Formats: sequence, C-alpha cells, structure tokens
Amino acid sequence: MIGLTHYLAVAAILFTIGVLGIFLNRRNVILMLMAIELILLAVNINLVAFSAYLGDLTGQVLAMFVLTVAAAEAAIGLAILVIFFRRRGSIAVDDANRMRG
Amino acid sequence: MIAILAFYLFATLTIVPAIAVIFARNPVHSVLWLILAFFNAAGLMLLLGAEFIAMLVVIVYVGAVAVLFLFVVMMLDVDFASLRSGFTKNLPFGIIIALVLLAEMVVAAMAWTAGPAASGSQIAATTQPNIVALGQLLYSRYLLPFELAGLILLVAMVGAIVLTHRRRGDTRSPNISKQIRRRPGDATKMTQPGVGEGMKL
Repeated sequence: MIGLTHYLAVAAILFTIGVLGIFLNRRNVILMLMAIELILLAVNINLVAFSAYLGDLTGQVLAMFVLTVAAAEAAIGLAILVIFFRRRGSIAVDDANRMRG
Repeated sequence: MIAILAFYLFATLTIVPAIAVIFARNPVHSVLWLILAFFNAAGLMLLLGAEFIAMLVVIVYVGAVAVLFLFVVMMLDVDFASLRSGFTKNLPFGIIIALVLLAEMVVAAMAWTAGPAASGSQIAATTQPNIVALGQLLYSRYLLPFELAGLILLVAMVGAIVLTHRRRGDTRSPNISKQIRRRPGDATKMTQPGVGEGMKL
C-alpha cells in the first residue's frame, strides 16, 4: 500500500537532485533555474501529499501559490538572464562581478 | 495493485528525468527531460486525488515555464560546453552535500510521527469533486492571497517586459502626443458636392 512516506521520499529525492543540480552547474544560470524549478516541484508534491493524507485542502491551495511564485520567478529570472547575456555576451555566473560583490 | 504500479511508474519517471536534467550535456535536452519530469509529477498528483493541481502543473509548468526555458535556451547563442568546465571539480563536493541533505531528510521523516488524522494513511473519500472544493476554499477563505497571487503574476509580467524591452534608435516611432492631440475636426471634412461637379481635394 502506498502511504504518505512514499510520496515524501519521492519529494525528498527530487529536492536533493535539485540542490545537487545547483551545486554542479555553478556556471550555467539556465540549469540553475531549472534546478530551482525541480526543488519547487518537490515542495509541491510534499504539499499535495500532506493535503491528501490529512484530508485538508489548504495544502493544495498553498501548492497553487507556490506554482504562481515559481512561474513569476522563472519569468523574471529568464528576463534578467537575457539582459545579462545582451550586456556581457555570456551567461557564466562567475563573470557576474561588475558590482564587486 | 494498479495504484501501486502507477505510483512506482510515475515516481521513477519523475526522478530519472530529474537526474537527466542536471547531467544532460545539451540544455535543450535538459528542458525536454524537465518536461517529462513535470508530466509524471502531475501523474503523482493525480494519484493523490489533486486533479486541479495536476492540471495546473501541466498547464503552468509544461505549457508556460518549460516553453519559456526552451525559447531562452534556443535564442541565446551560448557556448554551453565552456559552461561545464567546473562540473567535474564540483562533482565530489556536490554529491557529498546532496547525500548529507538526503540523510537529514530521511532522519526527519523517520522521526516524524503521524498525527491521528494522518495515521490512517488513507485518502479520505470526498463528497464533491476536487475542483469544486478547491474553488469554494479559494474564493472564500483564501480570497485575499488569491488576489495577491494574481498581483504577483502582474508584477512579474510587467517586470519581465520592462527588463527585456530595448529602445532602438534606428526605427521611427509615432509621436504619441501629436496623435492624441488630433481631433476629428482636423482630419475629416463634410462636403456636399453637386452632381457632376466632382471633388476638389
């Protein structure tokens, strides 16, 4: 029988893959954004699983808000990426040192 | 039986493409793997009885976000091979971090004990469809956060347009104030020409 723990395990593995993706592709912003999408997807699976097993729809409402923020974040992130590429001709993050940060 | 099979199918097809996303050499392949992962995560959500969220994942993630990624990857002329230079250097450290994180989450999941509501570990039978229940909740108790979510999307849209909009110097643009100042009287004239006299322009 598939229980709550199974879904939590899937979400945990997905979350870990997302974090690993951010660590491995330290230079490629597009892949970092994709890894962030994976992390948010893991969060959504967790929220929906808890919502289903606790019989409370609040989790699904929250999952919808996470989805909204993920879409907004992807749009803004890719817009920043496009203007960064237009200015510098590269999308390597370690080139982003103009502000001397 | 079929539910167990479906769960393992969807879970495998979510996790394996997710690994392929971060290890693929070609970013276009990464996006395509991401789309596969999203579809199967939607399948997982369907198994949980969250039909609306599942459809929303398909529409928003696959239909909007993944296509946006695909556009950007294809439009930018980036040398992706050079971006992978730190990949093998980061690999051992990254895998250590990932394993530690996974171990932490496993420990947390083991230590967590289900409350009385969750210990039944059975999806509660609902009397009304998921979408109806969610809509009633969304438009009553969560009305303000729902509106705020719409506002966030508006801000994101305006922000993305403002960030990427480029004013080009080599094109002619309309003089907006001149256009607005124009009145119908300046543009049109009513005449009543007689038959056979013709019009003088």
